[in-house]
Amino acid sequence: MIAADRAVQRPSDARLLVVNAHGQISDVPRSRFVELLRPTDLVIANDAATLPASLHGVHLRSGEEIEVRLAGQPSLALEMWRPAFRAVVFGAGDFHTRTEDRPLAPSLAPGDRLCLGGALSATVEGLFDHPRLILLRFAGSTDTVWAGLARHGRPIQYAHVPAPLALWDVWTPIAGRPVAFEAPSATFVLDWKSIRGMRQRRIAFATVTLAAGLSSTGDAELDRRLPFDEAYRIPRATASAIRRTKAQGGRIVAIGTTVVRALEHAATADGVVQAGDGVADQRVGSGSRLRIVDAILSGTHEPGTSHYLLLRAFLDDKTLAGADAILETFGYRTHEFGDSVFIEKGDRSKADAQPFRAA
Amino acid sequence: MTHHASGNWLDPIDGARVAVTGGTSGLGLALVRDLLECGAHVAFVARTPAHVEAVARVHPGAHGIVGDVARKEDIYPIALQIAGILGGLDVLINNASSLGPAPLALLGDTPCEDFEIALATNVLGPFRLTRALLGSLGASAREGRGSVVLNVSSDAAINPYPEWGAYGASKAALRHMTRIWDEELGGEGIRFLSLDPGDMDTPLHALAVPDADPATLKRPETAARELVAAIAEALPAPSTGARVPSAASLEEARR
Repeated sequence: MIAADRAVQRPSDARLLVVNAHGQISDVPRSRFVELLRPTDLVIANDAATLPASLHGVHLRSGEEIEVRLAGQPSLALEMWRPAFRAVVFGAGDFHTRTEDRPLAPSLAPGDRLCLGGALSATVEGLFDHPRLILLRFAGSTDTVWAGLARHGRPIQYAHVPAPLALWDVWTPIAGRPVAFEAPSATFVLDWKSIRGMRQRRIAFATVTLAAGLSSTGDAELDRRLPFDEAYRIPRATASAIRRTKAQGGRIVAIGTTVVRALEHAATADGVVQAGDGVADQRVGSGSRLRIVDAILSGTHEPGTSHYLLLRAFLDDKTLAGADAILETFGYRTHEFGDSVFIEKGDRSKADAQPFRAA
Repeated sequence: MTHHASGNWLDPIDGARVAVTGGTSGLGLALVRDLLECGAHVAFVARTPAHVEAVARVHPGAHGIVGDVARKEDIYPIALQIAGILGGLDVLINNASSLGPAPLALLGDTPCEDFEIALATNVLGPFRLTRALLGSLGASAREGRGSVVLNVSSDAAINPYPEWGAYGASKAALRHMTRIWDEELGGEGIRFLSLDPGDMDTPLHALAVPDADPATLKRPETAARELVAAIAEALPAPSTGARVPSAASLEEARR
């Protein structure tokens, strides 16, 4: 596939590869995705806005440059919000260098202070079992921290997009609470016209909020642990809409892997989604039984990534390999600003296996 | 529904998350105070750091944000702070205004730059900020909390007053844009209001009409109360459990 290197959320020539429940594959202009939906469907998207989660600064003890990429928060409950984040750190340089080629951050110890631009500073509160992974606490009041993030933070980005991203490049049209560390980019497909189009066709629309984490750290060992735990919130209205749709035999269509992860995490054994706050810590993949989601609209993902592995919950490996071959042969674009796939759950995924939980 | 500043847990303003631009003086400051008294969670925006700090110090419940809605580069940082600090948004009040040339001038004498500032502050700013916060507003609507955008208008948006050209034309554009937003997003549950608070004793009015007798002008507190009542009217009455009433309003309800 070709890396999409321009920050255009809805290019007019965006393509959508469709794999239906019988494994049949077709291709449509992505702008027509609403036509693939049925009046009884419930479409659910992730409405998280994206934080400017990349911060450049100085490690005061060594005087060395450091880049901090915020990567996790323990809860989305506002009263639980603390200016403390799990974060991945890099040494000198920026997104123009591939993450794989970035130097390690200076050696960090608990209590070390980082100056992250202007008055924004933070303390290393703890280390994990990997030199790139830390727990970071910002100094100052909540309002000061938000002002500092707004002023000094940049969206996390990767070398395949050469121009620096602004927040407006990564906020989806429905971006609400800024809790995501990277854009829930499948949602780029939506605009207000398609939301109106769904309503006119009596297709229901609802949202969840999931703090989408990093898609890559540049470190093979850390990448194997992706996705990190992701805090989410399911509104009461969304839980009710799922109940209604299921009762009427309609389909739940997830926009993006993050929605699948949140809904399946919040599902009880008998397929009821509970409203409220949670932390998705499971891995969805081959053998996961999908209790809630019937179809997914997602970006095109490269084999081996955690997003790609999630698609294996929807269809068998042979069909997925067939879809991959088409994406490759016909020059689909990949990464966050790339083309998309729409996959209806195949029969195989009805197999009664338990989801594999990450250690 | 009658609306007054005392807490009432049937009042949709109580517990609502509200952002006010131009919140450190005049009508904006009066709105911040009235909303706080009603139990709203309030963030306010203004250009001057010292003014923002001063208002935040006097009103510890309100969250001050420094930014200029007329500057494109400031919009997303402002939206980020509003939605981040409040955890979403139910009500946006685009109140910040620019008069255009001061002293007022005939259109033939109005510097193009002054007209541009009026448009940037009174039309483009509200458009951009609304667009950046549309996701938060839509989420509130879907969750049954309701959502309202109030764009502060003026009778100069309707009447062709000589010497009010830049201001009047920009406010007319804002008013028309508000009506189109309302047509387009009513179906998603987001309401848009354009309201004229009347001639008030504010710094903007003093700039426009320096020798006006303040005694003949409306007090901004009165206008603020009327606007907050209109917002309350446009929001759905809180359904059981949709919003957690504050302790103060529970106290009020027991009396």
